[in-house]
Amino acid sequence: MELLLASAIGLLAAAGVYLCLRARTFAVVLGLTLLSYAVNLFVFVAGGIRIGQPPIVGAAVAMADPLPQALVLTAIVIGFGMTAYLVVLSIRARAATASDHVDGGGAPP
Amino acid sequence: MLFWLAALPFAGAALPVLSRTRGRTAIAWSAAIVPIAGLVVLWVLASQVFDGGAWRASVPWMEGIGLNFSLRLDGLALLFCGLIFVIGLLVILYARYYLAADDPLGRLLALLLAFMGAMIGIALSDNLLLTLVFWELTSLTSFLLIGYWSHRPDARQGARMALAVTGMGGLALLGGVLLLGDMAGTYEISELARQGDAIRAHPHYAAALVLILVGAFTKSAQFPFQFWLPNAMAAPTPVSAYLHSATMVKAGIFLLARLWPALSGTELWFYLVAGTGLVTLVFGAYTALFRHDLKGLLAYSTISHLGLIVLLLGMNSKLAAVAAVFHIINHATFKASLFMAAGIIDHETGTRDMRKLAGLWRYLPYTAVLATVAAAAMAGVPLLNGFLSKEMFFAETLTLRDVGALSWIVPAVSTFAGVFSVAYSTRFIHDVFFNGEWDATARMPHEPPRWMRIPVEVLVALCLLVGMAPNLTVGPTLAVAAASVVGGTLPEYSLAIWHGFNLPLAMSLIATLLGLVLYFGAQRIYNLHAFEGRSPWTGARLYQVVIVSLAKFARRFTHFTANGSLQRQVIVLVAVTLAVGWWPFAGGIPERVLDRYTPIDAIAVIGWLVLVIALGATVTLHRQRLTALILVGAVGLMVAAAFARFSAPDLALTQLTVEVATILLMLLALPLLPATTPIESSQLRRARDGIIAAACGLGLGGTAWWMMTTAGSSVSSEHVARSVPGGGGTNVVNVILVDFRGFDTYGEITVLAVAALGIVALLGGASSERESDEAPSFRPAMLALLARALLPLSLLLSAYLLLRGHNLPGGGFVAGLITGAILAVLYVGNGAAWSRRQLPLDFPGLLVAGLAMATATGLGAWLFGRPFLTSAHGHVHPPIIGDLHLATAALFDLGVYLVVVGATMLILERLGRLMPERGVGS
Repeated sequence: MELLLASAIGLLAAAGVYLCLRARTFAVVLGLTLLSYAVNLFVFVAGGIRIGQPPIVGAAVAMADPLPQALVLTAIVIGFGMTAYLVVLSIRARAATASDHVDGGGAPP
Repeated sequence: MLFWLAALPFAGAALPVLSRTRGRTAIAWSAAIVPIAGLVVLWVLASQVFDGGAWRASVPWMEGIGLNFSLRLDGLALLFCGLIFVIGLLVILYARYYLAADDPLGRLLALLLAFMGAMIGIALSDNLLLTLVFWELTSLTSFLLIGYWSHRPDARQGARMALAVTGMGGLALLGGVLLLGDMAGTYEISELARQGDAIRAHPHYAAALVLILVGAFTKSAQFPFQFWLPNAMAAPTPVSAYLHSATMVKAGIFLLARLWPALSGTELWFYLVAGTGLVTLVFGAYTALFRHDLKGLLAYSTISHLGLIVLLLGMNSKLAAVAAVFHIINHATFKASLFMAAGIIDHETGTRDMRKLAGLWRYLPYTAVLATVAAAAMAGVPLLNGFLSKEMFFAETLTLRDVGALSWIVPAVSTFAGVFSVAYSTRFIHDVFFNGEWDATARMPHEPPRWMRIPVEVLVALCLLVGMAPNLTVGPTLAVAAASVVGGTLPEYSLAIWHGFNLPLAMSLIATLLGLVLYFGAQRIYNLHAFEGRSPWTGARLYQVVIVSLAKFARRFTHFTANGSLQRQVIVLVAVTLAVGWWPFAGGIPERVLDRYTPIDAIAVIGWLVLVIALGATVTLHRQRLTALILVGAVGLMVAAAFARFSAPDLALTQLTVEVATILLMLLALPLLPATTPIESSQLRRARDGIIAAACGLGLGGTAWWMMTTAGSSVSSEHVARSVPGGGGTNVVNVILVDFRGFDTYGEITVLAVAALGIVALLGGASSERESDEAPSFRPAMLALLARALLPLSLLLSAYLLLRGHNLPGGGFVAGLITGAILAVLYVGNGAAWSRRQLPLDFPGLLVAGLAMATATGLGAWLFGRPFLTSAHGHVHPPIIGDLHLATAALFDLGVYLVVVGATMLILERLGRLMPERGVGS
């Protein structure tokens, strides 16, 4: 199971970084979304993986590590805020430069 | 009283600005109020100081770091305050007549008063950290004063250089002061003075001493930091007369004198301080003779005299310290008057170049007399004040013992410097007032107005009075000031003019004779005016080289990392991160044992396959944007599934709802962006990016695998243990969010709110530019009706999740996202106009209310004397419902909920406004 998760994290990160390196804003937004999946999962698994042991006191004898979960929870919400900001920024950039190239100077679509 | 004294100049700095529209005399008088009032206060306070006491006042400021607003008026402070106020007053009077009509006098005087305040602060401060604050203030205000004529490039450059050098010294001083405070356990200067022995024996003594000396030497223009002072001569002459004779450059010396009891007395002190002073003394005296600019000559002469004072302080002898204090007074008087005389000459002839000036005796006889007396005092001619302190200095150089060859080198070199001192003083007079004829047809110099001469007259009179009757004039002040430097009993000394024929007198005679010979010889045989030689390695040149190459390096580095292409910057960022991440493993990956292992099951494999296929499709198809978006949605769902599978119900819920909101957001954005991405990158570039991306994936995945399979201890056992008794909730994740790490969460919702408001600001001026054929032309009726039907259910679900969040999966974030998602679906399905009509919600209002509620919950803890965001919980028993467990954290969570709803909806709604309105309801 660990190998599956680790490979999924690695693939998510690789796809995210690759898309982030592309020249158009939309690809970068997608890339960042994937990258945040990867990082959220990464932080999450730092606590080790448990099945059927949610961090609720009294629900199970042993429980999953709650701290990474708390960290990731806010990270997911902040990630949404960041994605939204980025999307709006790229819309504005396109309106201002007539291009959705990240450097603004690419050939107009 | 002391606080008033320290605050007076700062408060008074407003006066010349307020009266700037009045006449120049009115402005000058308004500024003069400050030094006059200051002198009156000093007069009142002085008697107790002369009786051997000291005034002290202190209020705590930041006790934790040892910074108190402590002021102390002892003899040395009294002397410095007196000098600062007296010369300040004279300079204000002088500036009134010096400045041209179109230079704003109010600004100059306001800055001058602010500077005066900073200097008074240094003089009065009894806390080294407080001294530092005022120290930096003098650097800043002097920067503004030197750059007063900001239209002149040399003024700007001189000001920058002075700020850079003294600012750098200030940093060194900060380091030294912190070390010193650490060693002594206090920053109070009067306390430090008592701990001298402990400080000198401390292993950090040398480091602290060197740092403090760098600070003092940069300020007092000691070699090798002297170069900023001549460049600062671009300042208006009143500023030079004030800053560069009496005050600013004396700040470093003042500090040395203040710390004399704490730091002096070691060999290191002697070699560093006396050595620097000696080199500076000779270097300044030698260079001064060859300057053609009057103020340049005075600047180097100042450097030389500062070196003399530093040398005296470095000698580790109480008598030498007395001589140093005496010379501080004398130098301030004669140098300020000489600067003012140079200003008058410049004012009347339009030049300060001694190669052009000549024969002014006929036109400015009165000024000539005053300047001659002051210059004679500078040269150390008997019956003038300079002679007395110079004799003391010569006598001190002869008392050096146990320092090897230095015991005769110091007096010899001092005499040598004395020769040059006489020579340049002679040149100042001879080259300007005699030595040829002034061409009066070009410009006719006049004696300056009566009131402009008064400051010079006062200072010159002081030179004479001190020189002829030292015990009647300066004696008592010198005694109390020197007593507070050496700490306690003063050594035997005599201020008499005549000590009989002795070695110091012989040294003076030799210096005077040889100096005259040197000047006239150089002028006749060598022609001083033709001297142009400048060594290529002056400090100023070195400074330029350093600054220019720093700027060049910065430019190149910036160009390398940021050539304007964000794409390039991202790749540099990623590559550097990769390299740094790889660094610890460069030596090979250590052997390891598999500690933990969970068996694979079929469901997990299926989920993994879905994720990988969706991911691969996303990357290959990312140019078709709508398809890519749907695929990313699938990836997100798999991530949520993973959270659910691996015991993180809160995360799964959050991820699921965020996914909905994100996809909605992107759908809204798609029509505003091109539908497809063109192929731009070359094959090679894509391959390169692919390799970098693969390396990143390998790194992150490998680290994740390592972490998961290695047993480690977690910090969260404490969180788990305290969750129920401390936080009153069984859902540990939620308790961490709203209680243990509540401040963190508070920051996060603030960020979310700021992001939402930022989006509103960004879209505020956006033109709704879009391709109309790409806009959705219909609204699905199913969605519209379903959304309406689901709304109450979803709101109920939100409320349920919010309420139970403290104990079971749920909480403000999840509940807020669900509410946001359903509202967004409502908007998409039915159109914004209809939705707004049916459900008039003020989203910015929700946002603010949520933040306010979270803040109020946090502040509420203060009412009970607890830190911000401390939570409380307990059981209440309302009728019917029965036992109800309430925690204040729930209120905080409600705030989180409101912020999340407000932010989500604000973002989606504003984005949706860019879409054409064609919903069923409109």
